[in-house]
Amino acid sequence: MAIPLLRGIWWFIKGMGVLFVRVFALLKGLRLTLAMFFSRPVTIQYPERKREVSPRWRGVHYFERNERGDTRCVACGLCVAICPSQCIRLVAVELDNGERYPEFYEINTVRCIYCGMCAEACPVDAIKLGRNYEFVDYQREALVLDKGRLLANAPEPMNQRSI
Amino acid sequence: MELIYFVTEAMAKIVVVFAVLMGVVAYLTLAERKILGRIQVRYGPNRVGPFGLFQPIADGIKAFFKEDVVPAKADKPLFVIAPMISITAAIALFAVIPFGDKVEFFGRTVYLTIANLDIGLLYVFAVASLGEYGIVLGGWSSYNKYGLMGALRAAAQMISYEVALALSVMGVLMIAGTLNLVEIVRQQAGWSWNLFYQPFAFIFYIVCALAEINRTPFDMPEAEAELACGFNIEYSSMKFALFFMAEYAHLVAVCAIATTLFLGGWDGPFNLPPALSWIWFVAKTGILVYFFIWQRGTFPRLRYDQIMRFGWKFLLPLTLANIFVTGLIIVLRGM
Repeated sequence: MAIPLLRGIWWFIKGMGVLFVRVFALLKGLRLTLAMFFSRPVTIQYPERKREVSPRWRGVHYFERNERGDTRCVACGLCVAICPSQCIRLVAVELDNGERYPEFYEINTVRCIYCGMCAEACPVDAIKLGRNYEFVDYQREALVLDKGRLLANAPEPMNQRSI
Repeated sequence: MELIYFVTEAMAKIVVVFAVLMGVVAYLTLAERKILGRIQVRYGPNRVGPFGLFQPIADGIKAFFKEDVVPAKADKPLFVIAPMISITAAIALFAVIPFGDKVEFFGRTVYLTIANLDIGLLYVFAVASLGEYGIVLGGWSSYNKYGLMGALRAAAQMISYEVALALSVMGVLMIAGTLNLVEIVRQQAGWSWNLFYQPFAFIFYIVCALAEINRTPFDMPEAEAELACGFNIEYSSMKFALFFMAEYAHLVAVCAIATTLFLGGWDGPFNLPPALSWIWFVAKTGILVYFFIWQRGTFPRLRYDQIMRFGWKFLLPLTLANIFVTGLIIVLRGM
């Protein structure tokens, strides 16, 4: 007679203990979220503040210039050959003094996957990937970079970093 | 003449309450997103206007101009009526909630409640359960399996929690001895809030209310992870906005009822003139609303069977025990 009663009381106390532990856990969660509520957001407000990209960041391509201020590219065609998405088009001409020169050079950045292999393959470090990642437009045509735009994309000497 | 006075007074109160409620609901959506954002250590909407204050307006304009899609196989009349039922029930709850003490206005006594019903609490429960039809019918009529699942869950969950909800306020009723909400608030004047006499009932009420308005630990009818969007999946445009507004209006209503029943309504730490007594009411309701948003940012969703088990095997016996103990104490004190 007494033993079931004792067992019942023990069961009740144990249940209350479990309940207390669980409610305490809930309150701990509430405390954490309240602390987070009063903490400063870690958001970087994008258009106003921008995140520093990695030094190895591969952004929009640009051409390095030679001492004459023209592109360094010698139109060897290695970038065209290695490009996995085949987005580089190149027409080479050979000048009278034996130098090769790209008459027509175009990177279709819509197809480009920004792997950076063109920059790695380039024997004269002419094509490089810059640090600009804000490169959008409403027309696809505007995302095709020709020689002039590649030259214009070159970063200011101040921010210039070699890859 | 008396009739004109009566109609004018009632209309004025209805217009004011409705306008304030719609404003509160609109800005509650913003407040919820802001608070959830801060809890998740981000800002929340802050682009439209200063601090994102025009976000509700932008949302409203967007909802208004969206295409109103009715699925081809939907049960069209029910599909259209369902959001109306939801919003009507949610707004109608505010008809009996007392916002403040009675005030003297041009020599007439005006109660700061739209309708001073003798069966106020009964009305609240009756209308609140009507709101379920909106969700159930909306999910069922949209001819979508997610919608149907959401509606089924809503039906099961809300009905089972309605039992515990009604039982949890029974203790307050036993103490007050009246269903008139104005009378219940008046009995709590001067720090004799029902919260202190019925602390467990208050906790049960809050938990059941969360389930009743489908808030996060119990948001089964619209569980995003498994039901995509639940009962309102096929709704778009203003119909969706109506469901959305109904949800928030219901949230405010539930908090307002909790304030009325447990937190002493317009009674405050120090006395304000009767015409300003609604400030206490608004403050208490606001704190409860904040808690509801806060816990949404804290607790994960329960599994469906856990919710049902919690409701029937835990809350129901405990609310019954609460009634039993309350009755026992009342009887013993009466002897």
